Order: sequence, then structure tokens, then C-alpha cells
Amino acid sequence: MNYTEKLQNVSVLGAAGKMGSGILLLTAMEMADLSLKPENKGKHFVLNAMDVSSEALLGLMKYVKAQVLKAAEKKIVGLRDFYADREDLINNSEIINQYVEDVLFIIRPTTVLEATYESSVIFEAIKEDPALKVKIFKQINENSKTKPWFCTNTSSIPINELDSKAGLNGRVLGVHFYNPPAIQKLVEIIKTDKTEADLVEFANTFSKNLKKIVVPSADFAGFVGNGHFMRDALHGIKEAEELAKKYSFTEAVYMMNKISQEYLIRPMGIFQLIDYVGIDVCQYIMSVMNPYLKDEDLHSSLLDKMIEIGVRGGQNFDGSQKDGFLKYDKGRPVAIYDVNKKSYMNIADFQAKCDAELGKMADSVKPWKAVVGDKGKDDYLKGYYNDLKTLKAMGSELAIKYAKRSKEIGLKLVADKVANNYNDVNTVLLTGFFHAYGPINDYI
Amino acid sequence: MTKLRRKVYMVAGYNTISMGTGRKEFHPKKPRPDLEDYIKEAGQAVLKMIGGAKNVDETVIGNFIGALFNRQANMAAFAPMIDEGLRYKPAIRVEGACGTGALALATGIKSILAETAEVALILGVEVQNTVKAMYGADILAAAGWAKERKTGHAYFFPGKFSDRSKAYAEKFGADKTRAAMAKWYQNAIENARLCPTAQEFHNNTNDLIACGMNKPNPKGFVDSLNFFDCSKVSDGASAIAIVSEEGLKRCGISKKDAVEIIGFGQAEEDITKPPADHTKLSTTKVAVEKAMQMAGITKEQIGTVECHDCFTIAGIMATEAIGFAEHGKGPDFVIEGNTSRTGSVPFNTTGGLIGWGHPTGATGVHQAVTIWEQLTGKAGDAQIEIKPEKPYGLTINMGGDDKSLVSIVYKRAE
Repeated sequence: MNYTEKLQNVSVLGAAGKMGSGILLLTAMEMADLSLKPENKGKHFVLNAMDVSSEALLGLMKYVKAQVLKAAEKKIVGLRDFYADREDLINNSEIINQYVEDVLFIIRPTTVLEATYESSVIFEAIKEDPALKVKIFKQINENSKTKPWFCTNTSSIPINELDSKAGLNGRVLGVHFYNPPAIQKLVEIIKTDKTEADLVEFANTFSKNLKKIVVPSADFAGFVGNGHFMRDALHGIKEAEELAKKYSFTEAVYMMNKISQEYLIRPMGIFQLIDYVGIDVCQYIMSVMNPYLKDEDLHSSLLDKMIEIGVRGGQNFDGSQKDGFLKYDKGRPVAIYDVNKKSYMNIADFQAKCDAELGKMADSVKPWKAVVGDKGKDDYLKGYYNDLKTLKAMGSELAIKYAKRSKEIGLKLVADKVANNYNDVNTVLLTGFFHAYGPINDYI
Repeated sequence: MTKLRRKVYMVAGYNTISMGTGRKEFHPKKPRPDLEDYIKEAGQAVLKMIGGAKNVDETVIGNFIGALFNRQANMAAFAPMIDEGLRYKPAIRVEGACGTGALALATGIKSILAETAEVALILGVEVQNTVKAMYGADILAAAGWAKERKTGHAYFFPGKFSDRSKAYAEKFGADKTRAAMAKWYQNAIENARLCPTAQEFHNNTNDLIACGMNKPNPKGFVDSLNFFDCSKVSDGASAIAIVSEEGLKRCGISKKDAVEIIGFGQAEEDITKPPADHTKLSTTKVAVEKAMQMAGITKEQIGTVECHDCFTIAGIMATEAIGFAEHGKGPDFVIEGNTSRTGSVPFNTTGGLIGWGHPTGATGVHQAVTIWEQLTGKAGDAQIEIKPEKPYGLTINMGGDDKSLVSIVYKRAE
């Protein structure tokens, strides 16, 4: 496998989307860095940014420019070496601008699929729709001059299904980035029995060069990441529905969101995370995974209902949060959607009541931010969970139940051989979801 | 000139806050005071203490490179903005990179000596947080030889002093050098915590030595310095009045509130030449010797020093350039605690460039203000004891890599 050769002509499908834009950015910089190496002088690098929306592609180019500028500023020390022989580039500012130009000039925004026919590697980050993915893979594969490798960013569809339906003969691999790809460290790599070894090696080298942490996952719908997240989310939703029998719906959502964030010391509450990913995306991923699951129904009628009403969450192109279960003001939840009244209710109006119902929090509780980077967090968390256990309040009991369920889900992923080991499960949650600790632990 | 032909005093010093990362009120994306604000604040504060603009004969404004940081040149014309009373009076702007402030002082001293002024208002100012650090590095690189910029480090001046630090560590021992640099950092921050205008006034890190001992990261920064070895990017202004005997009377200031300039030394080295010996501050040594010679004092009579510790290694080398430590023994001198505020000769008692801050064009003036405060008992919580057998204060202000030097000897006026 010649890594550089493979990266001389690449296409990203769905390049203007949330995941595609990040993959495009990272790939563009990796390709530019290769092009700047002395041994690659004179070689031509092309990265097709393919998307159905021309308008979104304009937004993409603006996004990429801003992000490359930031990245260039950060790596100016190394960039000066790259451009050491360019006598016209003297100041950091000149070198940074040149690098931004060099990255942007590799990218060819296009709405035409034919542009991808010369690529050796296709990164796919289009809608999570198996039929659509198969159709496009097939079309490229049948018209391509290069027998390209397909790296799909699917977070749930079994790779072997894409392979067999599109007739790719082992030239497809799951390379699952986390949102946002430019920041999240995790990449799940999912090979099938047929995947070409060279392709796996390529993806590993590529991920390593992007400074990502690779976790292999078995080719089972949802893989490790969504295998945990979807079940974890469903637990939160069901607990909220249970609470809604005694409290109002918005109160129930508030309480479970608080349990899953503040009590479990996570970066976001579960309903905020569902909004972040997109209610429609969560619903869809569950529907893709569900047919493959035995003795388990991964489905939420609450999500269906929200979609039906038209409340979807997700993010705007600038990364700001759209309203979903929660309504946001400058990124902070301020209200909760009442599915019955079909309107948002201000959190401030019922927060005190709910907090009182949940009862006292442990004195030792700290915000996620204070724990996540703490080197002594293992001891701290042991102590914290001990405190939680002694509290005997509704909140602490719901939290312990939640943590237990989260652990159970993790253990099952290993038992079902989706993940190789406990450590891989924890790595996915630590690096793909920014949790302060893995679900498989001895705190509870 | 071996002796000052006339008595010269400094009075009425004032420092604005040194603004930048570390200050609680600093936020890179929020509006901040600009050149005009700092110049007004410092200038007006001094005018108030000396009886108003009517008493001023001349203004000297020191600014390194506002033309690039702030798109502003012709800075002398800011003098009348401070107070209408300065309109149509002489003003001059001087520049000598990071040594600008003391060049402004030297210009003022010379005006008094030349009798073209009895009262000179000296003000140093710089506003550097207008650009990100990697672009600021381009601008500050102008303090070196522009023809070296291409081959220089992305962070040009940290690169220069990293080379010095490396050479020093190779010659005299890496562990000892690093330990002394960490100790220098600790002293700087501990002193800054006693001075409300210091950039590191809010620093509440517990283990300062551990910070100072951090391993340099050549991939992201320079080979032989960590971030704690470096002065930060600062905005601020300092101002002071330089006056003659007659000027003192005109301003109605008592001698006990003044310091007398006993001697000063200037030295310039060729900007196109690399240092002859990376382990020495040779030009600094010449400037200090000139100042002490004019003052007629020995190093044993110096009670406190404000030296140009743009980087910790520069502070250590300054102890050798002054003669407190032999060549190669500066680190021991620092580690033993001689330069700390309770040591044999306290250095940089309000934090120096690393602790108080380094608004480049203002730094030389800030040093004079600190010495004035210490010798007249106005240093507040940062006050050190000035012993009768060591009544002198010394400042060293350096432009570029040991290129433009001014050293001044002070004593409380009698």
C-alpha cells in the first residue's frame, strides 16, 4: 500500500454536512502536509468535496478556511520548516496564509458525483440511510477507473451489508469519526471478514496521522459507540417517562437530564446529548440497529412523537444548537418542550421544585469540568459514588440505577463481542463522548 | 561623561495595570483599554502629582512598535492629549525595542543636563494584545535583525534566548540552570502577588517551582524554554517625572519623595552580529559598569535591582553581568536565594518582566518607578527594607538580544 499515492485523489461524500465537513478538513490538512514534504514536490493532490447543496459547499469552504487558519496558527513552529525554502515567506503571518491557501487549493467543491470517479479513496458521510449509501457506492464503483476504497462514516449500519449490496468485494471499511471530527479524538474502525488488509492499514495510518485514538469494533449494528449511547439514551427516556406518571413531562425531562449530567458527572445531560446528535438522527440510528437485535426493542415512541411534531434538535452549520427537548440560549438550556402542550416551559419555573424532589446532592459532587482532567479522579469518583450510595434520596437512587445500567450496557457489548474488551468500551466513552470515566468501573 | 554636571531627580512615578493573560479582568475577545487610555491614565496621574501640565517643559514618549501593534506612529503627538497644557510644548518619541523605556529616561535625563528642561514628563507605553501571540512574535522580531527573521524561530525572541539557555546549560550544567530558572520564576510570581498592578497579581498557583521545572516542548514552542520562563504579552503604561533642583521646587515636591540619579550608562551593540558568547550579556555588563563608574559605587552598595528578565535565563545572566556572581555561578546565586525579596540583593521586587509584566516600551519606565517606590518607601505590600549601607537602586533595561542597553543608579534624594 502506498499511503501517499492513495491520498493523491480523494473524495468526501456529504462534505458539507456536520461529519463530512470535519472529515474533509482533516483530510485536506493531511493531504496538504503530504504535498509539502520534499519528496512529494511536484505531485498533484486533489480532494473532491462532494455535496448535493451548492450553498452548503460555500459554507463549508468558509468553515474550512477558518479552521485551517486556527490549525496553522497552532502548528506554526513546524510550518516554518515546511516553508524553509520559500524565501518570499518570512513572517509567521505570511507562512500561515500560504498554508491556508495550500490547503484550500487542494479542495474541489462539487455537486457532481462524476468528480469522484478518479479517486482512490472515498470517505462517505452522507445521510444514515443504507439504501442511499448502497446506491451511491455502487454507482461510483461501477464507473470508477481505480477500484477505490470506501471509508464509510456510518455509525450503525453493518459494513458487510454495504459491501455485499454494493458489490465492493472487501473494499469497504467503517471509519467512524465522532462529532465534531476536528475535535473528538475517537475513531472507531470496523472491518468485515472480507475487508482488504491494506485498506485497514491505510485507515490506521490515516487515523494515527490525524492524531486520533483508534478503537476497533466488531461489525455489529451500532458498533461500540452507538451500541452504548442508544441504550443509555433509551434508559434515560424510559426513566423520564416513568417519572412523568407522577410529575409533569417537562419536570421529568428536567430531572433525568440533571441526573445524567450533574449526578453522573457527564459533560451533558442525556436529553441535551440527544438534542446535540439530533432527535431524528437518534430515532434513525435506533431504527437501523433494531432489526439486528435479538430479545431487545431499541425504539422510543417519544422520539417518534417529537419528530412527528417537528422538534428535531441537531445543530446549525455554525455549530450552534437547535432547540429539541431543550431550548437553548447561548448554548445553555433554558426551557423544556412539553409534548402535551406543544410549547417550551421555562426551567426556572419548576427547577426549585424538582431539585427539592430529587433531594440533597452529595457534598463531594463536582462539575464534570473539574473532574475530567483531574489525575486523581479515580479515587475521587470512588469516594463520590460512596457518598451517593449513602444519601438515600430520589436523585441519588436514580443516579446509581443509571450508572448501573450504563455499566451493564458496556459489559454486554464485550459479552456480545462487539467490543474486544472493557478498556475499548471505556475508551469510546472517554474519547468519543468526553466522559470523565468509563461506564465499566468499580465505583458502584 | 564621568560625572553628572547637575543634579537630576525622578519623582511622581505611576504604573497602570499590566494587562494581559493572568489578570482576571482580561478577556481576549472583550474590549480593553487602548493606547490612548493608557497614555492618559499614566500621564495624567503624574501631572497630578507634580502640580499640573504647566510645570512640564518637555514630554518624552517611549513606544517600541505601535506602528505595527496599533497602526500608530507619530506618538509624540499624544502628549497634548494627556493635558491641553502640553499643547505646543516639545515632545519626542524614542524607540529602542524593549529598551525603549530607559532610552526615554535617558533622553529626559539629558534634557535636564542640557538645561533645555527643568521638568520632563517621561512615559512609556505599549499595547500588544491586539494580535495573537504567533503574530505578535513577528512584530517583536523587529527588535532583532530583520535579515535573520527568515531563519529564526517562529517565536523569534524566545528562540534567541532559548539558544542562550541551551548554551548556558551545556557549559555550566542543565540541572542547575533549570533549577535556577524555576527559582527565578517563583521569586517573580511571589513578588508580583504583592503588587496590585502586576499581571501575575492574581496568580494563585501553589507549586511555582513545579511550573518552572516544566520540560520545554520544542514541537509547540522552543527547545530550551517553557512558557513560565518567558515574560507574557502585556498592555500598559508607566510614567515618571525627571526634574532638576529647580524643577523639584517648581513642582513643590519634597526631596524625601524623590530619588536622585547618581549615574547612568548607555551601550549599544551591532544588531547584525550574533552574541560573541551566548552565555554572557556582554553589552549589559558594559552599561552597568558605566553607570556604576559614574555613580562611583561598588556592587556591594546596591540594595535592590530591577533587571531585564524578559526570560528567566536573562535574569540569571544579569546577576553575572552586574558582578554579583562569577561567570557560571549565576544559577547558584539565584538558587541560594540572594535575589529573592529577603535575599542579599532583592531583584525585581514587584515581579519584573515575568511577574509584573512586559509592556515593552513601558518596561524601562516601570523599572524606574519601582526603584523610586522602593527607595522612597512607597512600595506598599511589596516594600523591602533598604539598609543604610546599601542605599542604591540599579535598573537594567535591554533592547533586543543584549543590543540597546541603559543602566541607571538611583539613591533617595537628601
